[in-house]
Amino acid sequence: MSPVLAGVLQLLALIVALGLAYRPLGDHMARVYSSDRHLRVEKWIYKGIGADPDTQMRWPAYLRGVLAFSAVGVLFLYLLQRLQGSLPGSLGFRSIDPDQAFNTAASFVANTNWQSYYGEQAMGHVVQTAGLAVQNFVSAAVGIAVAVALVRGFARSRTGELGNFWSDLVRGVIRVLIPISVLGALVLVACGAIQNFAGIHEVGQFLGGSQQWNGGAVASQEAIKELGTNGGGYFNANSAHPFENPDGFTNLFEVFLILVIPFALTRTFGRMVGSLKQGYAILATMAAIWIGFTALMMWTEFHHGGPAFDLAGGAMEGKENRFGVGGSSIFAVATTLTSTGAVDSFHSSFTGFGGGITMLGMQLGEIAPGGTGSGLYGMLIMAIIAVFIAGLMVGRTPEYLGKKIGTREIKFAACYILVTPALVLVFTAVAMALPTPRHSMLNPGAHGFSEILYAYTSGANNNGSAFAGLSSDTDWFNTTIGLAMLLGRFLPMVFVLALAGSLAEQQPVPATAGTLRTEKPLFTGLLVGTVLIVAGLTYFPALALGPLAEGLAS
Amino acid sequence: MTTGTRKHDSKRSQDAMSTATPTQAPHSDLPSGHTAHAAHAEEGRVGAGLFDPKQLLRSLPDACRKLDPRVMVKSPVMFVVLVGSVLTTVFSFKDPSDWFGWTISAWLWLTVIFANLAEAVAEGRGKAQADSLRKAKTDTVARRLTGSSEEHVPGTELRVDDLVVCEAGDIVPGDGDVVEGVASVDESAITGESAPVIRESGGDRSAVTGGTKVLSDRVVIKITTKPGETFIDRMINLVEGAARQKTPNEIALNILLASLTIVFLLAVVTLPPFADYAGRHLSMVVLVALLVCLIPTTIGALLSAIGIAGMDRLVQRNVLAMSGRAVEAAGDVSTLLLDKTGTITLGNRQAAEFVPVNGTTEAELADAAQLSSLADETPEGRSIVILAKEKYGLREIPPVAHHHPSEEALRAPISSGELAAAEWIAFTAQTRMSGVDVDGRRIRKGAAGSVIAWVREEGGTVARDADGITHRISEAGGTPLLVAVKDGKGARVLGVIHLKDVVKHGMRERFDELRRMGIKTVMITGDNPLTAKAIADEAGVDDFLAEATPEDKMALIKREQAGGKLVAMTGDGTNDAPALAQADVGVAMNTGTSAAKEAGNMVDLDSNPTKLIEIVEIGKQLLITRGALTTFSIANDVAKYFAIIPALFAAVYPGLDKLNIMQLSSPDSAILSAVIFNALIIVALVPLALKGVRYRPMSADRMLRRNLAVYGLGGLVAPFVGIKIIDVLISLVPGL
Repeated sequence: MSPVLAGVLQLLALIVALGLAYRPLGDHMARVYSSDRHLRVEKWIYKGIGADPDTQMRWPAYLRGVLAFSAVGVLFLYLLQRLQGSLPGSLGFRSIDPDQAFNTAASFVANTNWQSYYGEQAMGHVVQTAGLAVQNFVSAAVGIAVAVALVRGFARSRTGELGNFWSDLVRGVIRVLIPISVLGALVLVACGAIQNFAGIHEVGQFLGGSQQWNGGAVASQEAIKELGTNGGGYFNANSAHPFENPDGFTNLFEVFLILVIPFALTRTFGRMVGSLKQGYAILATMAAIWIGFTALMMWTEFHHGGPAFDLAGGAMEGKENRFGVGGSSIFAVATTLTSTGAVDSFHSSFTGFGGGITMLGMQLGEIAPGGTGSGLYGMLIMAIIAVFIAGLMVGRTPEYLGKKIGTREIKFAACYILVTPALVLVFTAVAMALPTPRHSMLNPGAHGFSEILYAYTSGANNNGSAFAGLSSDTDWFNTTIGLAMLLGRFLPMVFVLALAGSLAEQQPVPATAGTLRTEKPLFTGLLVGTVLIVAGLTYFPALALGPLAEGLAS
Repeated sequence: MTTGTRKHDSKRSQDAMSTATPTQAPHSDLPSGHTAHAAHAEEGRVGAGLFDPKQLLRSLPDACRKLDPRVMVKSPVMFVVLVGSVLTTVFSFKDPSDWFGWTISAWLWLTVIFANLAEAVAEGRGKAQADSLRKAKTDTVARRLTGSSEEHVPGTELRVDDLVVCEAGDIVPGDGDVVEGVASVDESAITGESAPVIRESGGDRSAVTGGTKVLSDRVVIKITTKPGETFIDRMINLVEGAARQKTPNEIALNILLASLTIVFLLAVVTLPPFADYAGRHLSMVVLVALLVCLIPTTIGALLSAIGIAGMDRLVQRNVLAMSGRAVEAAGDVSTLLLDKTGTITLGNRQAAEFVPVNGTTEAELADAAQLSSLADETPEGRSIVILAKEKYGLREIPPVAHHHPSEEALRAPISSGELAAAEWIAFTAQTRMSGVDVDGRRIRKGAAGSVIAWVREEGGTVARDADGITHRISEAGGTPLLVAVKDGKGARVLGVIHLKDVVKHGMRERFDELRRMGIKTVMITGDNPLTAKAIADEAGVDDFLAEATPEDKMALIKREQAGGKLVAMTGDGTNDAPALAQADVGVAMNTGTSAAKEAGNMVDLDSNPTKLIEIVEIGKQLLITRGALTTFSIANDVAKYFAIIPALFAAVYPGLDKLNIMQLSSPDSAILSAVIFNALIIVALVPLALKGVRYRPMSADRMLRRNLAVYGLGGLVAPFVGIKIIDVLISLVPGL
């Protein structure tokens, strides 16, 4: 079988698997977030944290919950790393430096999982499992909770109430993330991923010398790493490491885990707003961009000419032989179009265009299908922008799902779309203008610029993948990327929740023949266009000086 | 001002109204909105569809005055261009030999001026109207009544509740209600309508407007508005744009444009460090040029002109919107409440057929019916005369000066020939009959019960099928009028005249159109449900409200609004006022009471309820124009990037020259072409902004597809072509 055909078949298998999971998972999540009943274990948790899961919250209260919970998470994770040296079960690793501890705490709470450390050489079992793995669950659940709050904003009327943050958070973890990640971990273990608490082994290498391997609860962390679109690997090599991602099947399975919740949430959305078709339209938009990007990526990676490339069947540098060009392309697109940031190959080694596709994927705002929750709310914000312009063109004050897009709504949506471009461009510009940050580049020219642009794109968009080729464990990068991650995560949430509150207060406008039909293919096309044009126009100059300059050079 | 053409237009409908013949229904020749618009344009009414390039020149001084930063800051997009122009000019002074910097600066200034020009032109049209209104508002002297004596005071000193006297020749000194007397008033200063109107105390025709002229008789007027806040003052403010406030949707769009401007500002200010790293130093002039090309200047420049022009289009149709918000709301309306009378039907019941009872011929019935109606001056009576004439050629009168049979001609026989000795029995509320006694024949027509009673009283017989016919007509929504005669053969019923409400021609098509636009029409009528249903079915409205009281109307509006719908209605009476105030778009008739005018948010000077439909279309057109130009503006950026990015960076990264798909001749020319295109497109689109995007009623889907194709794809492609052409022209200039 040719590598191209193998790649295409993998993509088709993935689409089929996602299609099969779409309905049951989407409907399950809709039930989870609409049900009145609490599980016993949930009641214990509510009692433990002293929260009343039945109080309805308006948007400021919901936001306070999100921020307070996340602030505590950052603080806890920071302290855990700072105290690692004195904790048992730390494999003898030192405490983490303040700047890196801040960066890592911000990174995992913000669902980014940017790692400026080497997992197997810095983090012991306690920090990995009690700190990082816990955030892998809860940061993902926070994202879904905010998305669900926005969906309730559309679904409810004449109330400011958006649900209960604590209940949404706990249910997301208990009823959605834990069950699926347990299944996922079992599959990964069955396929050869490791799951133990072993210490460090000294292993001899084929060509002499030795290397250290350590064990860990890898498979379980791997499952939630992908499922919660986190991306923080147990090992530095992330999903390229055979302990995390043993073979071609696990590779595809991990991509499936990355994509399954973000796609299924569109059905949850459709269910909760009472129109599955509206969910399908959002799904179609996400799927069109995802498939389009994957096809482009495969094209540029397979197509890359030259004798060495031809022998390898494409641009194999930085890719694992067991995944090949096809599997690596699928993974790279999935991880950058969601907020995952796990990698099974090194994006820096992709072709110029290929690197550009991973960057543009994140710059779209990670909405196709995007992170757990953040993908849905990001895409709904873009839908509001698209509806605003298109709605005017049908001669009515724009409305989406029966809610008018007026001054307040457009203000929050506009602020939302401003945040990440501002963070990415300003931090990149300052880093380029200062003398020291540039020393971290390992490559000259356009590629060197791409390394820094990628770092901030990844941080501010909460992706967490690294282009590789940038020594980011410096005070400057730890601090600025840490800030970019926190601001890039929580500022948009402020606007999303404010928007949700404003929508929930409105009374719905009934649809007539004069209403813009947002469940039609025409609207999907318009939304795809809006997403591409808004991101494309924002980043075109920067991309031209990085990946485009590189890609067009040959 | 084109008062002349306006007179003509209104005059025609006035004639038609007064004769009330079916063939001359006021709007029968205007079956739908767009043809009505076309008709306006053909008659050369102010501006609608016409744009005189000379207006641009005339408005130039105004445009320059608007360069004041305090004014400019209201439009964030154009303010950024202004700051950019200043910056490039300053930097050009530092390097005076740099022709490129000067040329870019010049075009940036032109961009700002073009934007101001668009607004100035839009305002200029209103100014002309305001000037002619001011003429009407010459300082008047009021005759104020204090007790029983009269004193002369300036009109500006009048206060609310003052009583003033106006006699023939006086200018009404302020807005008010007639509390005593009746007079004919010339309202042409406001409505452009030269035919005088009657204003009388009590009832729904009591309102008079300051600035109008009393032509006959004497009336006492109670002043209802403070000086400076009169109708004419508000009108002047309105058409001049002085009272113009940004509408909610305009504010929302401005926010979106501002945020896009910030995004592009970020993209441009962060570029120098990136470029420096790549080994290319970017000058301030180039950066400003790039920024101005990217930010949505096209829509930013035209946004306020679009709003002003939208109001102006209403003014041209003789509708005054008291706020831009109302115009926008009109585009969103999903329920239209239409008064049956005058809007859907011609306003009067008309004879539709003669149904004889067994044993009588139709001609016999028609003759008797016509004879009995010759002196009947009610519209119903007249329609009977005309129907008999048209259908049976009865009492044919040779045409005189009129090309259609006028009432005078028809009534001529009354005073001569066979009818000289006729005795006319007038209709009274007691008898509920009218008729004539002539040549020993006594003819009566009227309500079924009364006529039957009369026949029995006269010892006659009532044909057995009379009751059936009457019933059938009632059920069809018509009004049956029985005709009976007593002559040599005794008293007997001849038959029934079927009077029916005549639905205006073309209304069904219009309602179909509205339905396609997603607008529900509800007919409001005082008729009983049976009659109402028959008319509703015939006219094709979606729903009807029969035996409607003002409270019913109000309840209906509230019910629709509770369902999230926006409601539009027209009204003229004082008891309509609460409903007018409650409706999202309340159009008061100018003939209505001042309470109604105060309550509504629009006033129709022509007092034509059908105009509601046009108002909705204008509201939609306004929003569409905004959306279309925004789309166009954003889509333009793609081509500009393809022009400027390779121009800036192909020197350091030669691969980027592959993006120069337009094959522009040189980097300088590429940037300059983009800037020039950006400036010229504003001027090119001024007519569209003023005229509004062409609007046809169609479903939202079709409309979106069409507008996306024209303004989205068009916006993508047009600048590629435009920039290339400008580049070719620039490269022809020797020495560059």
